Amino acid sequence: MSQIMNMNLYSRGDKAFVYINMFLVALFTISTLYPFIYVASLSMSMGEAVTSGQVVLTPVQITFAAYEKVIFDSAFWISYRNTFIYTIGGTLTSLAFIVPCAYALSRPQLLGRKYWNIMIAFTMWFNAGMIPFFLNMRDLGLLDSYLGIIIGFACNAFNIILLRNFFEAVPPSFEEAARMDGANDFQVLWKVFIPLAKPAIATVTLFCIVSRWNGFFWAMVLLRDESKVPLQVYLRQMITQLSDDDTFSSSLLEAAYSFETVSAAIMVCSIIPVLLIYPFVQKYFNKGIMLGGVKE
Amino acid sequence: MENEQSYQVINESPRSKKLTWLIHHFQREWRLYIMLAPTLIWFILFLYKPMYGLQIAFKDYSVFKGITDSPWIGLEHFYTLFENDQFIRAIKNTVIISGASLLFGFPVPIILALMFNEIINPKFKKTAQTIVYLPHFISAVIIAGIVITAFAPSTGVVNLLLNALGYDSVYFLTKPEWFRTIFVGTGIWQEAGFNSIVFLASIAGVNPSLYESAVVDGASRWQMMWKITLPCIMPTILIMLIIRIGNILEVGFEMIIMLYQPATYATSDVISTFIYRQGLQAAQYDLAAAAGLFNAVIAFVLVIAANTISKKVSRTSLW
Repeated sequence: MSQIMNMNLYSRGDKAFVYINMFLVALFTISTLYPFIYVASLSMSMGEAVTSGQVVLTPVQITFAAYEKVIFDSAFWISYRNTFIYTIGGTLTSLAFIVPCAYALSRPQLLGRKYWNIMIAFTMWFNAGMIPFFLNMRDLGLLDSYLGIIIGFACNAFNIILLRNFFEAVPPSFEEAARMDGANDFQVLWKVFIPLAKPAIATVTLFCIVSRWNGFFWAMVLLRDESKVPLQVYLRQMITQLSDDDTFSSSLLEAAYSFETVSAAIMVCSIIPVLLIYPFVQKYFNKGIMLGGVKE
Repeated sequence: MENEQSYQVINESPRSKKLTWLIHHFQREWRLYIMLAPTLIWFILFLYKPMYGLQIAFKDYSVFKGITDSPWIGLEHFYTLFENDQFIRAIKNTVIISGASLLFGFPVPIILALMFNEIINPKFKKTAQTIVYLPHFISAVIIAGIVITAFAPSTGVVNLLLNALGYDSVYFLTKPEWFRTIFVGTGIWQEAGFNSIVFLASIAGVNPSLYESAVVDGASRWQMMWKITLPCIMPTILIMLIIRIGNILEVGFEMIIMLYQPATYATSDVISTFIYRQGLQAAQYDLAAAAGLFNAVIAFVLVIAANTISKKVSRTSLW
């Protein structure tokens, strides 16, 4: 098809169309990128230059004072460590729940399969909401604990259904061959289904990692102890300080760094891990998203 | 001997047959139930148990008496809510913000997908896609942080540009009239790229022979886009539209919590932020739970309606 498209390029109108289109896409891409560049530039600029409004695109008077400030702030490192704990612990917990469950739900011999499916899917359409969920966490004694954050958000219907659909599409011959060798369900799942479902599992893993890494609302609500909060909550405290009182930054005018540059530096530090894993998982997007049908 | 036999026959009634079959089934398939059980227990403990707790919407909830023992008061909380101007305002704001996101945000991913499809250079296409998907993976806190920084009155880039053009600085985030624009715009910036994936996948499914015959007929690329690609992805567009309308009560409230402040509540306070303030900040659990129940019931009806309609439109269910 692309060959035909290229042949067609010879018409003058089409050429103009293609170039204008490319230009517009480039424009959109640049406007997507710009805010990130802006923040990165802020983080590397002299505090004075930022507070006097000189930074628009590139860093002015490059300095890493803001990063130094961040690196020597123990609260930053504590929250960074916590985010890693929640992300890794949470994602592994989620997979430990979701993968076997999706496998069981995909087996036709499972009794009450229809009802279990409805029970899980129903939560996508109706949930009790913020307050009953919070009171339930409190009654379970999961406030202010690592365990509460890790367990309390382990499952969601969408991921289970996505994976179940993938398992259901595995041809029965794969399973039969393993059964002939005397494999039981645990072994069939581990040796046959999990290797086959790699793209689907990668997608689910990605969803888990991203939501864990980015999650802040429930961490903010459920955690009181400063030593347990994740990076996003710490970052929010920094940012709200910034927006609550704009004059604060000028009163704090120290030459090397300002509130703006420090919070920009923290934002950059929080984005970097996302950027690092992004290329590895990006190839699974298209597949993964279409697998589960339509998200939402 | 005869007696014994007849006894056995009685024992082989359909019910006991079923029982032996069940025992046999569990002996053979117990592993499946072991795999299923933890997640089912999780759902009961974390999602269904709170539904039991929803009864506080009809109760005068006291922390000491607990959910079950607090006295019933009927619909009182709902009367209170609907006499509360803030709640009415929150409903209004939810619908306006969501509606505006839909109106302005819905076409963008479609246009973007069509545009990506017309790019011939695969490297350029891949790079552009990689970049525009990225903001979807960035947390609400950071996005809000960027917005707050960029719109800051004296140091933000937006006001610097306004100053350069000879205008006075505007403290955007304290101005109710600017909140929706900023919020909806940010949402489009963050999600348009990622949302285009669904439409791109749909475009990839268009039958290539349609384009081939169009080329033979001398159609231009512009014409092919309008007359072939767009009509072919119409079903996807319709389904996505129906889903979005079904989810009209859902707004990215994490972002709103980050961006709003009392000065802008008039336009920025939505149902979920109202619940958050009443329930979690002011600890009026019962009243906030009632607001949540109202929201959940309407959302449920809308989603079911959306699914029914999309079933009729496309004959494919969403789930």
